[in-house]
Amino acid sequence: MSGLALQFINLLAALLLLLAFAMLAQRRILSLIHLYTMQGVVLVAATAAMGYVSHQPHLYVSAGLTLALKVFLIPWLLHRVIDRLNVRWDIETLINIPTTLIVGIVLVIFAFNLAQPISELSASVARGTLGIALACVLLSLMMMITRSKAVPQVIGFLALENGLFFAATAATYGMPMVVELGIALDVLVGILILGVFLFQIRQQFDSLDIRHLEKLKDE
Amino acid sequence: MSALGFAAQLLEILAALALAPLFLGWVNQCRAWLQSRRGPGLLQPYRTLHKLFNKDSVLAERASPLFRAAPYLVFGCMTLACGIVPTLSTELPLSPAADAIALVGLFALARVFVSLAAMDIGTAFGSLGARREMLVGFLAEPALLMVLFTTALISDSTSLTTIVRTLSAREVGIQPSLALAAVALVMVALAENARVPVDNPATHLELTMIHEALVLEYSGRHLALMEWAAALKLFAYACIGIALFVPWGVAGAHAPLALLAALPLLLAKLALGGFLLALLETLSAKMRIFRVPEFLGMAFMLAVIAMLVNLLLGAPGR
Repeated sequence: MSGLALQFINLLAALLLLLAFAMLAQRRILSLIHLYTMQGVVLVAATAAMGYVSHQPHLYVSAGLTLALKVFLIPWLLHRVIDRLNVRWDIETLINIPTTLIVGIVLVIFAFNLAQPISELSASVARGTLGIALACVLLSLMMMITRSKAVPQVIGFLALENGLFFAATAATYGMPMVVELGIALDVLVGILILGVFLFQIRQQFDSLDIRHLEKLKDE
Repeated sequence: MSALGFAAQLLEILAALALAPLFLGWVNQCRAWLQSRRGPGLLQPYRTLHKLFNKDSVLAERASPLFRAAPYLVFGCMTLACGIVPTLSTELPLSPAADAIALVGLFALARVFVSLAAMDIGTAFGSLGARREMLVGFLAEPALLMVLFTTALISDSTSLTTIVRTLSAREVGIQPSLALAAVALVMVALAENARVPVDNPATHLELTMIHEALVLEYSGRHLALMEWAAALKLFAYACIGIALFVPWGVAGAHAPLALLAALPLLLAKLALGGFLLALLETLSAKMRIFRVPEFLGMAFMLAVIAMLVNLLLGAPGR
């Protein structure tokens, strides 16, 4: 039975990686938010399955927390932000998408190799998925680098946190509850602050292109 | 090499030749139903082939022998491809002759000849179609190879019969790598067989067509062979999908009865697969030709991820 659950976790891990790639290839902000929500759903399922396999009840709590926060609250906040800013559609990328995907594949290979020795130290049942979690983190990081608008960067940051959360769950059955609650709150406050920040950028420059932020002089 | 093996091989090739137009008809019929049309009927591809075989073949004045030879070559390639994909039995005398890599090579050979023949006449449409076919082909081939490599990694062999034997002996379970590879294969199959998101097989609109532009100069029995070969190619891809991802029910080495049971099972799988293909085609819109590289790049990436995931997570069912 736990063998099947383990396979289920592996499938979810692969799905998480796939969603990270889909985010990297996505051209529309609205679809990006949907993908982020889907990533949240996968994360909830993975955490709950991990809790079932390892008999760690606190993982159910963190799954519930993830559900409330990453599937409902944060996507709702993001939807509100893009509605207010009226930026639903296109995303400008700095590198074209096929190149991004190829670099993404290289990143995945790098992450897998990097995670190999670490995952051997771990005692968790799902340690094989550590490489995938690391790859998700790197891919989200790359998404932040290759996008020139502010909203996709914020979503990249959130996806990065998803990857880290999954890494923690996969390698060590989740962080202590206090840390987890702290991070959840941090992300929530972070998204609120970033939301305010987005409005400020827009007000200042009439666009969300963060390249404007590189000019540091007062004019 | 037993007599049973020969019988299985013969049955498989004959089944492919006979069923390929039916499969095409089934897909078209399903599409018509899904689009609330009545559709031309299941047997329409046979009627078309019959009509074309009875017509005279008209050749362009400057057609070289290559133009005349190409339909036979392409038809031969596709028949052989259908012959080496184990769908009915894993004991096939032809299979040591060609493994998974050679299968991709066969498709490539057919593609090269179709494109050369299309350019041979020198019309604008022919070379346009040939270029597009090559554009699709050079991106689809690596993706197909990666899909086959993923399954080869699981079974430690590139021989198709060994792969199918290993995969069908495996216990039923969820394998993320195979799921990813299956999605990649579907994408490659859509592109390679000129199905809807990449090319519309029913169109004659010059700006979008790929397959139609290639066979535009053919007529009579040549066109019939080309169309039959296209149906065989679609059938071969469906069979690859079935052999790799739902291989249960394929007859083993010494089981004449299982061979008899394998045929209805194959028909059922093909019917379901054809329906799903039609559903997919109905649900998607044709994309711009310059989006095709991105689409196929995605397929390639999925296949590579499938291979990497397989290396990382291992094959639990082994």
